[in-house]
Amino acid sequence: MTAESQRNATPLVDMRDIRVSFGGVHAVDGVSVDLYEGEIVGLVGGNGAGKTTLMKTLSGARPADSGEIYVNGRRAEIENPRDAKAYGIETIYQNLALAENLDAPANVFLGRELTLAIGSLDDSAMENATRDVMGRLNPNFQNFKVPVMSLSGGQRQGVAIARAVQFNAKILIMDEPTAALGPAETAQVRDLVRQLRAEGLGIFLISHDIHDVYDLSDRISVMYHGKIVDTVRKEDVDADAVLGMIILGKRLGEVTSEELAALH
Amino acid sequence: MANVADTAPASGETRSATGWSRLRGLGAATEIDFRLFGMLVALALILLAFNILTDGRFFRPANMVTLIVQAIPVAILATGMVLVIVSRNIDLSVGSLTGIIAMTYAMLMTDWLPNMLGMGADFPMRWLIALAIGIGLGAAVGAIQGFIIAYIGVPSFVVTLGALLSIRGAIWYFSNGAAVTGLDPTFQLIGGGARGSIGEMATWAIGVAGCVAVVAALWNSRRQRQRFGFPVRPMWAEITLGVLGCAAMLGLAAFANGNYLPPGLAAEYAREHGITEPPGGLKVPAGFPLPILLLIGVAVVMAWIATRRRFGRYVYAYGGNPDAAELAGINTRLTILKTFVIMGILAALSAAVVSARLNGATLDIGNSYELYVIAAAVVGGTSFAGGIGTIPGAVLGAFVMQALAYGLSFMGVNSPGQNVVAGIVLILAVAFDTWNRRRATK
Repeated sequence: MTAESQRNATPLVDMRDIRVSFGGVHAVDGVSVDLYEGEIVGLVGGNGAGKTTLMKTLSGARPADSGEIYVNGRRAEIENPRDAKAYGIETIYQNLALAENLDAPANVFLGRELTLAIGSLDDSAMENATRDVMGRLNPNFQNFKVPVMSLSGGQRQGVAIARAVQFNAKILIMDEPTAALGPAETAQVRDLVRQLRAEGLGIFLISHDIHDVYDLSDRISVMYHGKIVDTVRKEDVDADAVLGMIILGKRLGEVTSEELAALH
Repeated sequence: MANVADTAPASGETRSATGWSRLRGLGAATEIDFRLFGMLVALALILLAFNILTDGRFFRPANMVTLIVQAIPVAILATGMVLVIVSRNIDLSVGSLTGIIAMTYAMLMTDWLPNMLGMGADFPMRWLIALAIGIGLGAAVGAIQGFIIAYIGVPSFVVTLGALLSIRGAIWYFSNGAAVTGLDPTFQLIGGGARGSIGEMATWAIGVAGCVAVVAALWNSRRQRQRFGFPVRPMWAEITLGVLGCAAMLGLAAFANGNYLPPGLAAEYAREHGITEPPGGLKVPAGFPLPILLLIGVAVVMAWIATRRRFGRYVYAYGGNPDAAELAGINTRLTILKTFVIMGILAALSAAVVSARLNGATLDIGNSYELYVIAAAVVGGTSFAGGIGTIPGAVLGAFVMQALAYGLSFMGVNSPGQNVVAGIVLILAVAFDTWNRRRATK
């Protein structure tokens, strides 16, 4: 999506002046970010910068103390994960949030099981739908009847993503999606994320891995001590400059080349 | 199916088809639960060993029926304990709860119903009224415990330990410390015995019905999978499973019919049916005792709840990853509360069997049951880490423990000696399980 059309379109998500505090600590301190269709916005920052807390206000895991969230231009009230799902917001957590003892279809449909007329679980229909969505994401995947604990990290991440995609998510929050994965699996998940963008989803991507973010994102929002330092388009920066912003907490133009050099 | 090879344990699998790997292939084709199958084999070996040690006296229908009926109160409770342990809790109060409900039945039928509500011995369905009150009491106590555990957040170990003590104490006040006897004759049938058995023809009918149910279940599951064109078991595997299932059902019926009514009852039966008794007495097959049917019913319903209902799925999901269950929007607190309500209802059924067998209630009914029930669930493959355990496994676990106790007592080993063996078997079973799981996930 070009910059021109973005200006004309309504953002998928528009978060304005979000604040969250724990006791006296302002974990998120008046942050505004937005996200458009078919776009990946990377959220970066050091530990405790407030990335995950900010996204929890959108996923409903920890509602904001104040601030406003608009979804497709309409004010959204998000108090819990169920509200968020109703707005088409799905979250893929760092720790995967899968029930490791259940198989892939049971995880994909967890909390939203398909049932037969008498209220019994329709496992065949759930397996069928899971085969469809996994076939799109990872055609080689065949282990539909084994507990997900016996799957590889990449396959498990695939199940977690299938879980979001199955329910027609419009907005995806991915918290460290590759943190637990090896290089090959990371590449696999990156392909998956690009594919979802191509399908028109808006994705917030939280990651410690600057290369992950720089590789995938269209725009990058840098957070520092609960505030947004700057939001930049990827074309305008290189990975080193983003790293400088993260560490120094300064806007793009304010980081001097001497400071950047000192980081190496 | 290339990916299956990735997850299969690598060691030893590359060698040519040994007996073991061929067995594994058979298991994969029939999708038999290997753990469950192993327990069946273990149970058979235990029975066989006792049979040899007692020169063939052990393995007689009368003994086997007694063994099964003795295991039933614990087996009924174990089906519920699986769900409690799978969802990362424990229930230590089941023994006391069983005890107080048994005393409630006894007091209802000897005192409260006739003296307070005017329901004399002739009042219709008195036994059913008592049973309903017992089930209601069990569900209520379970709901209170479940509420304190799930909504207030007191650990289940503490809540149910407290309940174990105080409920056991409360039993005393129901009867002022006395044992109570004299239950409704119909209620007594729940306990089994010669009168509480269903007879030859009904037993065969149930055996045939069980056979039909096995075939229908196999056919239905195959049809469900074909509906979406999923891979199905090869036909020979389906037929093998069907034949085995039918053989088990009909074999069980034949075995129950190999148990005859005692001479007194047989003579009564002969008089009622106008048969002249042959010399040496009439042989009248007793058939299935009613408590066995109750256990089969409970196990089928509980297995259905555990595997085919949303509630069961949520119990396992919570046990596997409480956070994931919460984030999936599952009402985890209500789910936990329900597991304790089910436990209370099962305690009422268990109490019915025990008190009916005794024709009354003593103060110590259900003493130490919590330990036997937990042992049965754990021997049956339920993991304290949560998320793992099956209903059929727990029922088999109860039978394994009872087979040991009964066999030892048959050989004249006293009850302390039986406890020594039971404890060692419990530890060995879990040790073997742990070793086996570690090997499988390598």
